[in-house]
Amino acid sequence: MSEIHPALILLAGGLFLFCLPGTPRRMVSVCLPVLGFLNLLTIAEGTLWHITWGGYELTVLRADRLSMLFGYLFHLAAFLGAIYALHLKDRLQIGTGLIYAGSAVGAVFAGDLITLFIFWELLAITSVFLIWARGGERALRSGMRYLVMHILSGLLLLLGAVFYFLNTKSLAFEHIGLNEGHHYLIFLAFGIKCAFPLLHNWLIDAYPESTPVGTVFLSAFTTKTAVYALARGFAGEELLIYIGAIMTMFPVFFAVIENDLRRVLSYSMINQIGFMVVGIGVGGALGINGAVSHAFNDVIFKGLLFMSMGAVLYRTGRMNATDLGGLYKSMPWTCACCLIGAASISALPLFNAFISKPMVMQGVANMGAVGIWLVLLAASAGVLHHAGVKIPFFTFFAHDSKIRCPEAPLNMRIAMTISAILCVAIGSYPPLLYNLLPYPVDYISYTTTHVVLQLQLVFFGVLAFAALMLTGNYPAERPSVNLDADWIYRRALPNGIRAIVRTGGPLVDAFFNGGKALIRKLIAGIRTQHNNRGLFGRSWLSQSNVLLAIIFLAIYLIYYF
Amino acid sequence: MIDMHLPILLIVIPLVAAPLCVLLRQKTLVWAFTSLVCLAALCMASMLLIRVLEEGVVSYAIGGWIAPWGIEYRVDTINAFVLLLVSIIAAVLTFFALPSVADEISGKQHYLFYTAYLLCLTGLMGITITGDAFNVFVFLEISSLSSYTLIAMGRDRRALTASYQYLLMGTLGATFIVIGIGLMYMMTGTLNMFDLSQRLPAMFETRTAMVAFAFLTVGMLIKLAMFPLHMWLPNAYCYAPSVVTAFLAATATKVSIYVFLRFTFTVWGAEFVFEKLNLDVFLIPLSLIGIYVASLSAIYQTNIKRLLAYSSVAQIGYMMLGIGFVSLAGLTGGIVHLFNHALMKAALFLAVGCVVLRLGSSDLADWKGLGRRMPVTMAAFVLAGLSLIGVPLTVGFISKWYLILAALEAGWWPIALLALLSSLLAVVYMWRVVEVAYFQKADDDLNVKEAPLMMQISMWVLTGATVYFGIQTDLTVNVAQRAAGLLLGVMP
Repeated sequence: MSEIHPALILLAGGLFLFCLPGTPRRMVSVCLPVLGFLNLLTIAEGTLWHITWGGYELTVLRADRLSMLFGYLFHLAAFLGAIYALHLKDRLQIGTGLIYAGSAVGAVFAGDLITLFIFWELLAITSVFLIWARGGERALRSGMRYLVMHILSGLLLLLGAVFYFLNTKSLAFEHIGLNEGHHYLIFLAFGIKCAFPLLHNWLIDAYPESTPVGTVFLSAFTTKTAVYALARGFAGEELLIYIGAIMTMFPVFFAVIENDLRRVLSYSMINQIGFMVVGIGVGGALGINGAVSHAFNDVIFKGLLFMSMGAVLYRTGRMNATDLGGLYKSMPWTCACCLIGAASISALPLFNAFISKPMVMQGVANMGAVGIWLVLLAASAGVLHHAGVKIPFFTFFAHDSKIRCPEAPLNMRIAMTISAILCVAIGSYPPLLYNLLPYPVDYISYTTTHVVLQLQLVFFGVLAFAALMLTGNYPAERPSVNLDADWIYRRALPNGIRAIVRTGGPLVDAFFNGGKALIRKLIAGIRTQHNNRGLFGRSWLSQSNVLLAIIFLAIYLIYYF
Repeated sequence: MIDMHLPILLIVIPLVAAPLCVLLRQKTLVWAFTSLVCLAALCMASMLLIRVLEEGVVSYAIGGWIAPWGIEYRVDTINAFVLLLVSIIAAVLTFFALPSVADEISGKQHYLFYTAYLLCLTGLMGITITGDAFNVFVFLEISSLSSYTLIAMGRDRRALTASYQYLLMGTLGATFIVIGIGLMYMMTGTLNMFDLSQRLPAMFETRTAMVAFAFLTVGMLIKLAMFPLHMWLPNAYCYAPSVVTAFLAATATKVSIYVFLRFTFTVWGAEFVFEKLNLDVFLIPLSLIGIYVASLSAIYQTNIKRLLAYSSVAQIGYMMLGIGFVSLAGLTGGIVHLFNHALMKAALFLAVGCVVLRLGSSDLADWKGLGRRMPVTMAAFVLAGLSLIGVPLTVGFISKWYLILAALEAGWWPIALLALLSSLLAVVYMWRVVEVAYFQKADDDLNVKEAPLMMQISMWVLTGATVYFGIQTDLTVNVAQRAAGLLLGVMP
């Protein structure tokens, strides 16, 4: 029986890394996840640790099958990430990366909402450094937007937790459900981290701006912690099925036209999370098993794809489909690993998504929700297309970009190879994962129907891609900026207002111009009132101070009478 | 024997030590003596708190004259807690003072500085410990006069005007308070707080009572720098020497808040103040407006000391907000924030003091690239800044939690929301400093060293405390809860 909290080794170890010089730091960074994992193995299921904090009893550790699975997963991801980061000279990325991983571990073992909130915020704060590590104005701003969204998520969670506590007199993090209005606060908090539609822009915005290593770390923890939290708190909520279905569908279109390949992967990530969210919405043993196992697999294959793209970025310094191509000659090993990742994400039989994604589909089918099932099917075809074919095709094949570069560094290749092996191993021998799932599995992956259906999907997906390419109808690779839902809040007002102004004539024109001017005036007003020369920011004359005090006295006198 | 006389020794020792400093004169000697006295005060204050927690109220009749005829020192959980806070800060700051004072104040004035420092400490602890209303005024004057001196020692010549303005407003506040106390004396014929609390209810219907309380309210609100009577504060904090800023920011306004708690809850009683006079109707909106206006002002400041001073005004808003809820959770939040804010603000001002020692400037523009030049100091600054924002695992979060709990308990969720959103403003003004210090390059290649070890120790003790008390909340929250229960007349 261990006495060490599972998150502690990664958290403290990550901090410790900042004090170590080069080589020892690298060695320790790889050992930490292993140590953490060994420690995790000594923790028995059903363990509960309580501490008192500020007059409340908090459950800092609750180990059940669901949290244990995510615990294993996060240690695995941290291990792969640490290997992938071995070539780095700076200590910021690996240090914050492991602390970030530790926060995710802490969050999934949190047995109450306060502990969850603490790790929730820690996730946000540590991960933003991985974005800033890229350096430059773009990464800085993108990181700021990311941080604001996540702090907002934390605040919602806190507010929801306080309401929850006031209503139930309990802080325990169990099934919450959506039967009370204020539960939506927590739901929304999870939703932001889970990249629900319209709340997803931070992901698309920030992940592609991070460093090669940073994105690998980022892709593993934040959203998966949110998936865990949803599975714990909102399993079986029907609303999630619809949200999830939208999440699987809309990124497909953006992914097809997007040029930045890591952004394509980010869209594809939302799409994969969509499947998990649907699984959670379906609920029950099959739905939750499907969602959780897909989360597990997604960390591996999405991590693998991000690793391969990161390696390409590291070697070539480019990430746009238009600038790449023909790299299979220079980076054959990376290319092979990327292909395995692509096969996995496309849910080809013998690769890992095949044993998890159809589980979610089966859950939907069992409910008789044909419409949703068809949406998921179409989305699967879309994944196949943008992640399964587009990513490797435009990077390693297509037209030759004439880039000749060395193969990825050894450590990157090792990390990718381990991931690739895991993809195949889990895909070919499902009990490897099934034995860890929260509920006993009575689902069989390798039935004729599943295999045939999936192969048909792959076949027609590739066929469609090939046909479009050959006929020249495929949306051309163009260096472009695509607008996503962030136009609602970034391009948003200006465009909408302009459109209305055009149709609505001078009256509306005046109204909106007035509104715009008002807001500008308001901000300018705040500035002038609060800066050094403003009413509230400058030093006052002594007599005005005294006068104000006397006026106050008069007010109180009158008020008290 | 000594145990018996703890309450009076706590005041007499620094009071006698102050003139001794004038006799000693020699710089290092005076410093060592002051540190010793402050450490002794810290020991005594801790012993006192332990005793109060074990035995309940400790009453000490000065000169053997039994209250209400003689002056009584009356220590319960609340003021024992504030005494501990003041003495902790005073003791920790002495380490910082040696190099910092040597740098910022001319050598001839050192002994005067330490004399004023000890007098200020005496005054602040006297206000807190006494159970006599007029005594509060006397000690208030001792602490105020010595703090005017301390502020005026600032290097910048504007320190003089700042000190003068503080003098004006401080005197006005003290006068209002003494008028209030005088009216109370007129009505009841007693100055002992406990006795007053017994006799005042008979006078509640009279106009004199209302006038007395109106004078007291405004007087106390000036002293504790409640918005919009806070205008003396930013300049006073900005131009005072670094040690003084940290000391006053951490203790002076906090003790004033204690006085406010004592007079409203113990002497007058929550029923009179909040149900009859409805002070909360004023207090809550003013606190909220204060939080927003002062935070916005902090955002637009170009001097970091001023920025932090405005942030102090905003933080006072949080404390008064908690008090304004008049509930167990609200008062707990207010009192715990009183303690927590003292720790973090002192830590922040000390970090600024370290930079001022090396750079000679607290202008934001001069802080470019400081993250690389003084990484240790800036790390402390950021850590204490996280507390100010209310990030979990720091003390700021504890305060925030109780305030929000209190607001939601009272059913005022818009206030909870406003208070939560206001912490984003704190993110903005802390971020401005971080952005300049970490993301901008320094203009010159001067080699800037870290601050001396003595200063680092003080700074890190306080910064460490902001994290320690954020995780280990037993002491602060339990004591604050007991204090809140005591003030409301219910035992939790």
